[in-house]
Amino acid sequence: MDLNLFWFILMGVLLAGYAILDGFDLGVGILHLGVRSDLERRLLMNSIGPLWDGNEVWLVTFGGALFAAFPHAYATAFSGFYLAFMVLLFALISRAVSMEFRSKKESPAWRSFFDFTFCAASTVATLLFGVAVGNSIMGIKVGPDFEYVGSFLDLLRPYPLLVGLFAVATFAMHGSIYLYLKTEGELQQRIHGWMWRTFGFFLVAYLLTTIYSLAAVPNTTANFANHPWAWGVVLLNVLAIANIPRAIYQHRPFYAFVSSACSIAAFVFLFGVALYPNLIVSSLDPAYSLTIYNAASSPKTLRIMQIIAFLGMPFVLAYTVVIYWVFRGKVELGKFSY
Amino acid sequence: MELDALFLSRLQFALTVMFHYLFPPITIGLGMIMVVMEGLYLRTGDRHYETMARFWTKIFALNFAIGVASGIVMEFQFGTNWATYSRFVGDVFGSALAAEGIFAFFLESGFLAVLVFGWDRVSPRMHFFSTVMVSLGSIFSAIWIVVANSWQQTPAGHHLVTQYVGGEAFVRAEIVDFWAVVFNPSTVHRLTHTLLGAVMMGGFLVMSVSAYYLLKRRYDDFARKSFTIGLAFAAVGTAAILVSGHFQAQNVAVTQPPKLAAFEGHFETGDGGAALQLFGWPDAESRRVRYGVAVPGLLSWLVHGDRNKPVQGLDQTPREDWPPLVLTFWSYHLMLYMWGVCAVLVVLGLYLRWRGTLFERRSVLWAFVLGVAPPVIANQLGWVAAEVGRQPWIVWGLLRTRDAVSKSVKAEEVLASIVMFGVIYLLLAIVWLYILDSKIRQGPTELESAEARGSGLTAVAAALGGRKKRGR
Repeated sequence: MDLNLFWFILMGVLLAGYAILDGFDLGVGILHLGVRSDLERRLLMNSIGPLWDGNEVWLVTFGGALFAAFPHAYATAFSGFYLAFMVLLFALISRAVSMEFRSKKESPAWRSFFDFTFCAASTVATLLFGVAVGNSIMGIKVGPDFEYVGSFLDLLRPYPLLVGLFAVATFAMHGSIYLYLKTEGELQQRIHGWMWRTFGFFLVAYLLTTIYSLAAVPNTTANFANHPWAWGVVLLNVLAIANIPRAIYQHRPFYAFVSSACSIAAFVFLFGVALYPNLIVSSLDPAYSLTIYNAASSPKTLRIMQIIAFLGMPFVLAYTVVIYWVFRGKVELGKFSY
Repeated sequence: MELDALFLSRLQFALTVMFHYLFPPITIGLGMIMVVMEGLYLRTGDRHYETMARFWTKIFALNFAIGVASGIVMEFQFGTNWATYSRFVGDVFGSALAAEGIFAFFLESGFLAVLVFGWDRVSPRMHFFSTVMVSLGSIFSAIWIVVANSWQQTPAGHHLVTQYVGGEAFVRAEIVDFWAVVFNPSTVHRLTHTLLGAVMMGGFLVMSVSAYYLLKRRYDDFARKSFTIGLAFAAVGTAAILVSGHFQAQNVAVTQPPKLAAFEGHFETGDGGAALQLFGWPDAESRRVRYGVAVPGLLSWLVHGDRNKPVQGLDQTPREDWPPLVLTFWSYHLMLYMWGVCAVLVVLGLYLRWRGTLFERRSVLWAFVLGVAPPVIANQLGWVAAEVGRQPWIVWGLLRTRDAVSKSVKAEEVLASIVMFGVIYLLLAIVWLYILDSKIRQGPTELESAEARGSGLTAVAAALGGRKKRGR
């Protein structure tokens, strides 16, 4: 395996890690207004309280790794999607701030303002991630100098918007299963209903996106001819998705969560297969596309970064396991809570 | 000055990085102080230190949260506004940033959870370990980001390569020697200076809050002990940063002579010793410092150890390569003045603490309450001097700032994002101050009930014991 492919795969791992981990806490944010009482809203927020910050680091590291390994792709995407990224940053800051400040004052107006901000910011951030994925698959207007020449509105085409909705549905489902694991009693009973409803929403979005992809976006499956084994992942993904309602029905929420996590990983993987070897597809001329070769750093840097990754990743996984272990079990409100 | 994408992007970077940099010195400095407090608790078993650690952790967490929220912007902004720069430096600079993510951010954010939410979930030792890890993480973070910035100031360990992609030629810097990049000529000096700035910040913040309690006659014992720890940090930081600043300035004299000349308003090299400007207004047109107050020969003595040896002036640099003089000169000088204020406070504090009358002197305590401002200003201005003094280069000698901006981003887009950041940061700053103020007013909650029942050690101990028995 060459270094460029290694880094492409590692970027995929970081993205999948981010989507699975921050996916459930974004999902909790999307569902936040579904409960009414102050106590329940605090329970929802505190179910992700100690974890969301670490989850978001996966995104920050993804950004840093993209900068280091594929600087052209980082530069083209971030400057090309300028306004979209600014809105995303706005959403991520607002989200962090609303969690930090919401319960610092008793005032109901203060609290409902931050409740609303938390929900809206989580939804907008998720939608934008989906829109970004949709645009990456379809291709954007990149010129010969690797610069984006389209406008902001060019990014809001039907297919990317559909992928955005699909992302919202997926994270909402993922988040509801997580909440079911973390809550108890009457609240948990209500969340049981949420799991079914969000799964239904997810299933509809999944089918629509799949049909649209197969019918009108040839980029999604073009690579499958070269890599027929990728169909195996599609099949495994369908099995994972089918296992979600089965596990919910059998009252084994942990298996439902694992299935949902596997399914998210499979989506990221299929996204990677669809892109390979491109990072950003130019819709103007395939020759202008940024690939894992022409957009990459020098082999020496990729090699150094590989050593850094091998040194660092075991620690990252160890911290993640330790933190999730320390904060296992049902969410409780204490005096250190939000 | 035209409101083009370049100018607006520079303005936005200045706004976002200066806002962000309010928080890292606080968290780095306070992190070290928390390690000391909690370490003292584990060693002595004195509950006061535990109360301190718990209280300062709350202050730390608030600052950390906003530091993280505003820090994400920094990481993405290189790509959004400075795409051409990113293409040029990605091979070198990106590695440092990615290393920061992998080595520092995961460490900080993971153990921060235990630090803030884990008091009743893990053993005191595990909690102390988490505090150490968070503090280490914030130091690692400083290391990598200062490495990256220092490479921009004094590039080393790279070579320039022209890359042909799709008929376009891109020139970029590629790593030749990784360790030469990491330990480029200015890294060690600049890192030391940055960390000492944070040590001062932590010390003065702790002293400020403690002095406030002493003035309000609340949590007397807690405040005295906290103040003393803060004073120790401030004293060490303030003394050491003078030495570090001296060596750093000598380093700048060798690696970036026009920058030092701009710091000092030194126009003519001449053939004798150069004076140190204490005050003045550098005038680029007439090439002299107006209203200047200077000590003859002192700059030469500081740089070379010889009062009569010339120091390179701005006359050796083409006019177009001069940094903006007034801003560079004044940010540098104000930083020094602020250091002077800190030094006076530290000396006064140490003397009165030694005499044993410090905690009774209300005017001095008030000075320490306000004393949190000078290190904040000095930390900000030090970076302003370093970054503005590097202009017109974004990477010293290799890439000009005006050539580094994103080509596909329009001025209106940047204007929109500046307005957005301006509004959200303003709100954030208000809410941050409000919450910080209410947390400080609220004080260490463990002591509140004890005070109500009458102060004194036994009452505190009883309250603490009671809380422990109730458990979670």
